Amino acid sequence: MSEVLKAPLVVEFPFTRSLGPVQSAFLTGLRERVVLGVRASDGRILVPPVEYDPTTADELRDLVEVAPTGTVTTWAWNHAPRRGQPLTTPFAWVLVRLDGSDTALLHALDAPGPDAVHTGLRVRIRWAGERTGAITDIACFEPHDGEPARLTGSTGEFADPVGGIVAAARLDYTYSPGRAQTAYINSLADRRTVGERCPSCRKVYVPPRGACPTCGLPTTEQVEVGPRGTVTTFCIVNIKAKNLDIEVPYVYAHIALDGADLALHARIGGIPYDQVRMGLRVEPVWTDGARYPDHYRPTGEPDADYDAYKELL
Amino acid sequence: MTRDIAVVAFAQTDVRRTTDELSEVEMLMPVLHSVLDRTGLKTADIGFTCSGSSDYLAGRAFSFTLALDGVGAWPPISESHVETDGAWALYEAWTKLLTGDADTALVYSYGKSSPGSLRDVLTRQLDPYYVAPLWPDSVALAALQAQALIDAGDTDESALAAIGTRSRRVATLNSHAQIRGPVPQGDYVVRPLRTGDCPPVGDGAAAVILAAGERARELCSRPAWIRGIDHRIEAHSLGVRDLTDSPSTRLAAERAGAFERPVDTAELHAPFSAQEVVLRKALRLDDSVRVNLSGGAIAANPMMAAGLIRVGEAAARVHRGESDRALAHATSGPCLQQNLVAVLEGEPR
Ligand SMILES: [Zn+2]
Repeated sequence: MSEVLKAPLVVEFPFTRSLGPVQSAFLTGLRERVVLGVRASDGRILVPPVEYDPTTADELRDLVEVAPTGTVTTWAWNHAPRRGQPLTTPFAWVLVRLDGSDTALLHALDAPGPDAVHTGLRVRIRWAGERTGAITDIACFEPHDGEPARLTGSTGEFADPVGGIVAAARLDYTYSPGRAQTAYINSLADRRTVGERCPSCRKVYVPPRGACPTCGLPTTEQVEVGPRGTVTTFCIVNIKAKNLDIEVPYVYAHIALDGADLALHARIGGIPYDQVRMGLRVEPVWTDGARYPDHYRPTGEPDADYDAYKELL
Repeated sequence: MTRDIAVVAFAQTDVRRTTDELSEVEMLMPVLHSVLDRTGLKTADIGFTCSGSSDYLAGRAFSFTLALDGVGAWPPISESHVETDGAWALYEAWTKLLTGDADTALVYSYGKSSPGSLRDVLTRQLDPYYVAPLWPDSVALAALQAQALIDAGDTDESALAAIGTRSRRVATLNSHAQIRGPVPQGDYVVRPLRTGDCPPVGDGAAAVILAAGERARELCSRPAWIRGIDHRIEAHSLGVRDLTDSPSTRLAAERAGAFERPVDTAELHAPFSAQEVVLRKALRLDDSVRVNLSGGAIAANPMMAAGLIRVGEAAARVHRGESDRALAHATSGPCLQQNLVAVLEGEPR
């Protein structure tokens, strides 16, 4: 078997999330160096505050200020910080019950080493220099040798409250397409289109995914198809896609390559967009260094009979 | 209306650190064929199909629809999917069979964690406002739970090490496990958890077949009857929970009837050593119960499949006559956030 292909794959999204009244007050408070909790149905003060009671699911709205000082309830020493975590030097993950709160908040504790951390340790918030209304407005916690800090007297009402957060998320993968698609991509490098045939129903799948979706069986017999094919159906694209250097309007089509039992899709060129039709015979156009056909163009053959491709629509 | 529903077949892949040469459907297909072969059923004979998986693991959108290629879903089948462990897919299939709409169900799940960085991927399931922006990885959260248990006097580092050691020792008898036999306890990953306290990251898949009533007896000489099954969730905020206890596991077990009579076997889904301490306490398991004879999740933890494998392993022991009443547990989320308990019984021999 040929070597399996691999490529880096980055999945990255800026998630834009709107806040409800409680989350908005809490995160706006952090921006103003104020910590707010919410009073639960049983009278407990929850920090960070939630909009619905964790036990009764009642709506919670009664905001209560708590101190920026508190006590570690459990901890874990992280000697190798990972991307995105609050500190780049070794730190302790901590759950902290702030003075005045009955529940604990997860964050990082900046400490010289694990020997300096224990459950029961007194800590205080170290505020971030630039604050935007996000949990990261707390830069981290730091040891605090003293009494609970005084409250600011906040009522939870702020000018210009934050209404949402933008949470960036990035995950890095090393993608491998598996056996069947590796073989398909390797063939494309030789400008050949190779599908796979189902051992039971004999259909040829292009591109192959390793299984016949009708029979649920592995496909292993490789079958070269095309290069010519028939347009089975198409659409006219009128809106330019971002990062795509193709003039609109253009035609995107399903093409049944000769010998294939599944249509693949590609752009049609070399013909005015309004002259493309079902049954049009086409062939691939390769450009230097490309790993797949740039587009398909008419071969000049007579159009295929509808009956010849109607099963592939 | 009540119906007796049983697990009648179970199959799983070997769990491996990477499966680069296989797409997800290529990894899954042999397991689907194997579990169908055990019953002689074809896809067309199956009344309902339900799967569990997560696209985040391999970073591949709509992977569960591609995985359906391995089932043979044409003509269209009755099908559903859950974005969590396959044990919850089994729960959905069980309810479907209870309605009488189907007599047999195929349940499968798979996880291909090797393409990504699992510790980071799992941060994306956390509260997006207060927690996910801090990127606390899965080992860090489990370590907070372990330290809470140590502070409470429920365990210590050597007791935790013993859990991992015992699990991997019995896993030598499980050809599917990823880590079989002793490994060094190793350095801290996130203190107090060391390498030996953490599950290996691996790729794998599992499948079971459920059948109702007489159909179950036709398909299996000793069906593993589901006497009860229930799942419960806890508050999502870690700071609200008592991390040394698992009230959701206890409640699910109560509702599943686990405490009505003793079980002889238990398969616990405890990816981290300290979580076995929590579960044994919540489920009131004493030394008379054979726990995790498969080696458990600390020997092989394919995401989305490891919980279903617990049900499958417990059922397989009933099938083989090695257990008369077994408890299976599955978990999802950080620090045992969500828990499922099933009680399986064989008929008297
Ligand atoms: Zn076929």
